[in-house]
Amino acid sequence: MAAPVTAPGKRAAGRRRRLTEHLTAYGFLCGALVIFGLFAWYPVVRNVILSFQEVNFVRGSSWVGLDNFTYIFDDPLFATAWKNSAVFTLYALLLGFGVPFVAAVLINEFRHARAYFRILVYLPVMLPPVVVALMWRWFYQPEGGLINEILGAAHLPTSDWTNSSSTALISLVIASTWANMGTATLIYLAALQTIPGELYESAELDGASIWRRLWHVTIPQTRFVILMLLLLQIVGTMQVFTEPFVMTGGGPEDSTVTVMLLVYRYAFVYNNFGAASAMSLLLLIFLAVFSAAYLRVTRSRQI
Amino acid sequence: MRTLVRPAVLRTTRGRLVYWSLLVVVLLLFTIAFIIPLYWMVTGGMKSSPEVARNPPTYIPEEWHPGNYSDAWDQLELARYFGNTVLLIGGAWLLGLAVQLPAAYALSKLRPRFGNVILGLMLITLMVPATALLIPTYLTVTDVPIFGTNLINSPAAVWLPAAANAFNIYVLKNFFDQIPDELLDAARIDGAGAFTTMWRITLPLSRPIIAVVSILSVTALWRDFLWPLVVLPDPAKQPITVYLQRIADSTSLNMLIAGMVLASIPLVVIFLIFQRHILAGLTAGSLKG
Repeated sequence: MAAPVTAPGKRAAGRRRRLTEHLTAYGFLCGALVIFGLFAWYPVVRNVILSFQEVNFVRGSSWVGLDNFTYIFDDPLFATAWKNSAVFTLYALLLGFGVPFVAAVLINEFRHARAYFRILVYLPVMLPPVVVALMWRWFYQPEGGLINEILGAAHLPTSDWTNSSSTALISLVIASTWANMGTATLIYLAALQTIPGELYESAELDGASIWRRLWHVTIPQTRFVILMLLLLQIVGTMQVFTEPFVMTGGGPEDSTVTVMLLVYRYAFVYNNFGAASAMSLLLLIFLAVFSAAYLRVTRSRQI
Repeated sequence: MRTLVRPAVLRTTRGRLVYWSLLVVVLLLFTIAFIIPLYWMVTGGMKSSPEVARNPPTYIPEEWHPGNYSDAWDQLELARYFGNTVLLIGGAWLLGLAVQLPAAYALSKLRPRFGNVILGLMLITLMVPATALLIPTYLTVTDVPIFGTNLINSPAAVWLPAAANAFNIYVLKNFFDQIPDELLDAARIDGAGAFTTMWRITLPLSRPIIAVVSILSVTALWRDFLWPLVVLPDPAKQPITVYLQRIADSTSLNMLIAGMVLASIPLVVIFLIFQRHILAGLTAGSLKG
């Protein structure tokens, strides 16, 4: 036993030790690999497969070529759903993008009540979205609802809100912005606090007015965060489901049918999982493009 | 700290006037926008059934019925649905950590062969939001491959997919990367195995990041609606959010509102207690990623 270990023996022992280390590492990883395999990687592949299949729980699934896509393209609601999701996203960008930015810039200027503003604006984020949707459904009631009551008290025109096909979509966007603007506001606020004060001072020496300072210092200095939140919001709002499902059920006159609501209907109302998969594959491709852009932006910021 | 407005301006009379009037206006707007809806909810839950439906509405309840809240708690069986929610979120949180902590540790410190490939494949899933994979994931849950089980109506239908969270693994791995290898090597030399090194050395050092990951996971689970809606069709298994939506049209309005307020209280209270940490975690998570 005391004999000196020969070189090949040493190498073999080293290899064995490396092997044990790899095995230990994979032991640590195995839970994640199984879970990701079953619930993240496999579903991506399966979504593509399902789009070309007719799903039947009894007889098993069969290949149907492009039938699912023909089916969804022929559905008059297909265009409506994409249009509604796009308009929802557009409104959500105008409101959910502008309002938090203005709020953050204002709060950042105040020397008082900052903690109050921060807590207040983030409080709705803690409410479950279902509660927010049910609550706004009640607030929007044309007769005796809170919103029309406030507008009436301020002598402003009232509206039918979710009960009219022309205002239903914007009503959902307002409720959703109310509930979610806290996150964006606080992220902007954190970004504003990283702007070096010297930039404002030197802009001032150059004779820049407050609006020019906002345009030439504040906005360029926060452009990464602005871009990041823009992409995040597009990805988030294109998937909107809870608000239309709870508040309007897609109505009135299909004015709030969104892409995810249609996916849900295909699968869980009409039991057509092939069509639902085809629809979500299109959504998936759309979202992947924006998510990839988002990841690029956040990565480039780190370096 | 220097901001947009010149400090000297705030010392002039006109500057002060503008500052204070703007502050008052914004305070009023924020209070109207965020306090009044909450006030309307809490008082709405205390109105009698005819009063809550009255037009024009009453700003202050004519008769106070605080008993509505205990009635709603009993009649709507909220205790059971809160229990379901805690079971779903608690289980998903624990399983998530049990899967993500060792995986992040292995990728950061044990660095097995193909570790970077695995991390890359995990990060790719960040480009595909879970909502867009609703249908294939749902069908997978109805008949899990290899195991051949149907998880519909089982809490595992919520626990397992939630554990596949690449963002958490990424954040944890980045944090573990900052811990010097020498510290772990020292433990190794003292005879600690890989698991002991992780459990005794790495995890205690990682409490802040584990807290951030936990807050993000619990909030995301609490806000999720579509997934529990489709995988838990059995009313007795549903979390409180899905349940409230289901009974919304068949319950009297004041009871429903009381239920909604009660369902919102736990997270709002947690937020008010831990708001410093939550807000710090939120901005750290998004800016440093």
